[in-house]
Amino acid sequence: MKDMLVQVEPLIPALRRYARALMRDRAAADDLVQDCLERAVSRWHQRRDGSVRAWLFTILHNLAVTQFRQATARGRHMPIDDAGEQELVSAAAQEQRLTYQDVLSKLAKLPDEQRTVLLLVAVEDLSYADAAAVLNVPIGTVMSRLSRARERLQQEVDGVAPGNVVALRSLK
Amino acid sequence: MNQRPITEDDLHAYVDQALEPERRAEVASYLDDHPDVASRVAAFVTQGEQLRGALASIAEEPLPAELNLSHILESRKRRPLRAWGAIAAMLLLGIGGLGGWTMRSVLQDGPSGLSALAQEAAYTYGVYAPDRVRPVEIRASDSAELVQWASNRLKQPVKVPDLSVSGYRLMGGRVVATSHGPAAMFMYDDDHGDRLVVLTRPMSGRNQDTPMMPQSTGDVAGFAWADGGLGYTLVGQLPTDTLRPIANEIRKQARPI
Repeated sequence: MKDMLVQVEPLIPALRRYARALMRDRAAADDLVQDCLERAVSRWHQRRDGSVRAWLFTILHNLAVTQFRQATARGRHMPIDDAGEQELVSAAAQEQRLTYQDVLSKLAKLPDEQRTVLLLVAVEDLSYADAAAVLNVPIGTVMSRLSRARERLQQEVDGVAPGNVVALRSLK
Repeated sequence: MNQRPITEDDLHAYVDQALEPERRAEVASYLDDHPDVASRVAAFVTQGEQLRGALASIAEEPLPAELNLSHILESRKRRPLRAWGAIAAMLLLGIGGLGGWTMRSVLQDGPSGLSALAQEAAYTYGVYAPDRVRPVEIRASDSAELVQWASNRLKQPVKVPDLSVSGYRLMGGRVVATSHGPAAMFMYDDDHGDRLVVLTRPMSGRNQDTPMMPQSTGDVAGFAWADGGLGYTLVGQLPTDTLRPIANEIRKQARPI
């Protein structure tokens, strides 16, 4: 179990980041990570050779997907503006913070399958092969989803003039 | 120069710095020549920077106690009682299930215990008697070994009946599976090639001593009885009248002295 501590502990911050980016709710995200870590501890000896990072993200991702399905089944939808962006960017400077909030709300508009792949590849720095393993899809699917995610996010960015975002925010 | 065409995948791999240096240089020179594509790629790079920037602070927050891996490992160690509870519950379920199973055989084994045995003998006959290549596992020439094997598996001494007075020679035998555990099968034949099977196994509960009763399953007929805890059955494709004296002979020989 010593090697587990050494290999898993440094990855917990990244797991939190991914969970929060998906859930957009601090408590729910941390619950998910806790669940993930407990599973990782109990299944440590069952894992196959390969990246511990990809293995952990797989566990976390599957837990998140299960949550999404349950939330969808209950008909609950979390509005973007209620998602506690305050917590997401508490350390950022005011101006930068608006940019960050902006990109996160645009990210939130992407379909789950595009959002997850973009987060895994662009933020969590997983290789395409690892992302494919986490999402349980072929690499070709990872590439096409990644392409669609980036195009879609860019459309969102291009569609709104930067000034409007600030104006909308200040109305709140 | 024959350069492979630049693909969308190449552009994304360029953004994600996942290209081999050689290919990366090819994509870079392509982007130099195609400003439209280059600006799209630049936008993707910016997206990534913004996303990483927006989410960076989360990874820098101090970990709450619930996410402290040492705590999680520790609390697992302190939970063996729960695991034992689960094991105990499983055992209880198992005992319940096993109890039910045992009761089932006791209940079904009542007066029908001998018919069960006769049926098992009929099935055994159906499988092995028509076998021209290997009807028995151990031949009559090694009958001492056969007796030892059967006695070990049935956990009591087993005797091989001698049917020579009835005109039947021992071919050999084997241990076979029945729904009531292992049974010893002995096979005999006569000069016409007619085969008989004797099947014996321990009987449960109140069937330890049961008078001889005629039995039949399909076209296989015979007699079954129990003496001193061992059940016997003789089956074959012969008329009951022909089988009865042979069964009596076996009973006489097998009866504990």
